[in-house]
Amino acid sequence: MTSLTTSTPPDLSGRNLSKRRAFANRTATLAIGLCVLVAALPLVLVAWEVLSRGSSAMSLDWFTEEIPRNYRTEGPGMGPAILSTLTITGMAALIAVPIGVFGAVYLNEYGKNKPLAKFIRTMADVMTGVPSIVMGLFIYVAYVVVIGEKLGFAGALALACLMLPIVIRSAEEMLRLVPDELRQASAGLGARKWRTTMTVVLPTASSGITSGALLAVARAAGETAPIIVTVGLTYIYKPDLFYGENTTLAAQIYRNATQPFDASQERAWGAALTLIAIVFLFTILSRIIASRFAIDKR
Amino acid sequence: MTATATPEAPAEVDLGGEARARRTDRGFRALVTLAGLTVLIVLGLILVTTSVRAWPAFSEEGPFGFMFGTRWAPNDDVFGTFPMLYGTLVTSVIAMIIAVPVSIGIALFITEVAHRRARKYIVTVIDLLATVPSVVFGLVGVLVVVPAITPAYQWFADLVAPVPGLNAVFDETNTGRNYITASLVLAIMAIPIITSIAREVFATVPETDKQAAYALGATRWEMVKGAILPHSFGGLVGASMLGLGRAMGETIAVALVIGGSVSMSANLFEPGNTMAAIIAQQWGESSGLHTDALIAIGVELFAITVIINFLARVVVRRAEIKMKGAHS
Repeated sequence: MTSLTTSTPPDLSGRNLSKRRAFANRTATLAIGLCVLVAALPLVLVAWEVLSRGSSAMSLDWFTEEIPRNYRTEGPGMGPAILSTLTITGMAALIAVPIGVFGAVYLNEYGKNKPLAKFIRTMADVMTGVPSIVMGLFIYVAYVVVIGEKLGFAGALALACLMLPIVIRSAEEMLRLVPDELRQASAGLGARKWRTTMTVVLPTASSGITSGALLAVARAAGETAPIIVTVGLTYIYKPDLFYGENTTLAAQIYRNATQPFDASQERAWGAALTLIAIVFLFTILSRIIASRFAIDKR
Repeated sequence: MTATATPEAPAEVDLGGEARARRTDRGFRALVTLAGLTVLIVLGLILVTTSVRAWPAFSEEGPFGFMFGTRWAPNDDVFGTFPMLYGTLVTSVIAMIIAVPVSIGIALFITEVAHRRARKYIVTVIDLLATVPSVVFGLVGVLVVVPAITPAYQWFADLVAPVPGLNAVFDETNTGRNYITASLVLAIMAIPIITSIAREVFATVPETDKQAAYALGATRWEMVKGAILPHSFGGLVGASMLGLGRAMGETIAVALVIGGSVSMSANLFEPGNTMAAIIAQQWGESSGLHTDALIAIGVELFAITVIINFLARVVVRRAEIKMKGAHS
């Protein structure tokens, strides 16, 4: 007993670890750290290449001129693709966000744990995994073939299909954060459920929903595969999505990257820089909205 | 409707408002239910419309011949898609072999090793990686990585030339557009997805388990091996399957770096093709039955990815339930 109380306290510093255990621990920590480098390296490479090669294409004309028809023609011009990237993704958001938000309202306010709601939730998750090219083929068969021509609007429909499950799931997460007390208080004042939802629940969650929707828009703006299947190609401004073939930045990158000519490759890099700038803008905007106007989690 | 809110309103107005409010309520309920059902409707429509359109190609070869035929020759109306199925499986599986350990490492670094302030930066890096459009990865891949990496491939082929088995898989090459380059690009694109799910899975490991391991004198690595990994195994399997599903469906980046050959090769340094990539590559020049066949590949791809995603969700959910059970 005396030996217990008088003995020195146990050494917890880990200094007397066996060599093998200490080595295994240090190697594992190193390997884990290396993994982060492995992921950071491609990001740095992409950022460096796109910035250094893309910036030489930038000029005022780049944003306003029409796209040269010939791959070999030197010089700027990506205006139509920039405009259509914004209009096509904007139109896609106009379609997908309202449906997605109302779908989320169904899941969180009405369906809850009913079998149908659970099934929709699972299928929405599954739908986020459907390859974007399949969405493009679907819109091609169900819309382009039916009306007989490739349109900017067809691309918007395909992108909307891609955005829908992302919006539903993120909006549902946000609705779940709305405190139940707010719903009860609203009901206690005599408001019907639809009125509670429209005037209390949705406004409370609006910043989170907006942030999630912007993230979905950012994702959709960079999509290529559904665009080349449904939208076709143009060199001139096509602000009307219901008139004739169209183009986007992503489609222009794909088209120009495969050409062996310097002029077209330079345009591909310029388009890549422009596209990344647009995508980051949406992402940062989404972050700001999410952090500034977050619901207090009490 | 406003009458219901004011207490001195006469009762009859109340009732009228009540009936209308109830109708509005029911209408709203129908509206949101329809919005929820859109997901199921779209998924159903995808299956039906694309299958109908793809039918001529399926019936030309027979479903078995279409999936397992090895000759793809649109000019002769021969559509065997096995080389593409092979390419899809090979590239996405190799991508997972690279991406899964790396992602688990990153997730461990974020949850266990990094200081709180460093954590934020690493999460930002991974999020940024996820926002880069796939076509940009393809562009950097085809114009920067491919020319730079071809000598490295050649060097490696020479290195393993005397080793039987390995020298068949890593044989002579003269192009950087091949299965391996595609796998590398896919791995980079899958890392953010797998990392984010792995982080969620690790977050559910009870703090008490970790503290118990440390109390028993475990080093950090022993704690990870003994407390975190066994607890998270199911979730990590699900995460890997989701990454696999995403890699199989990736189109544009692969279309740019895989070359575009429609023959199979055991040599991973040879060009090949995947199901998604060939649709993008040949779409512009296709017509008639060729287009139908490309759509049929899309149907096949849709079926495979839906099954994999569905199974992954089931695995993840089951793992979550198990972990929550352990927690309470």
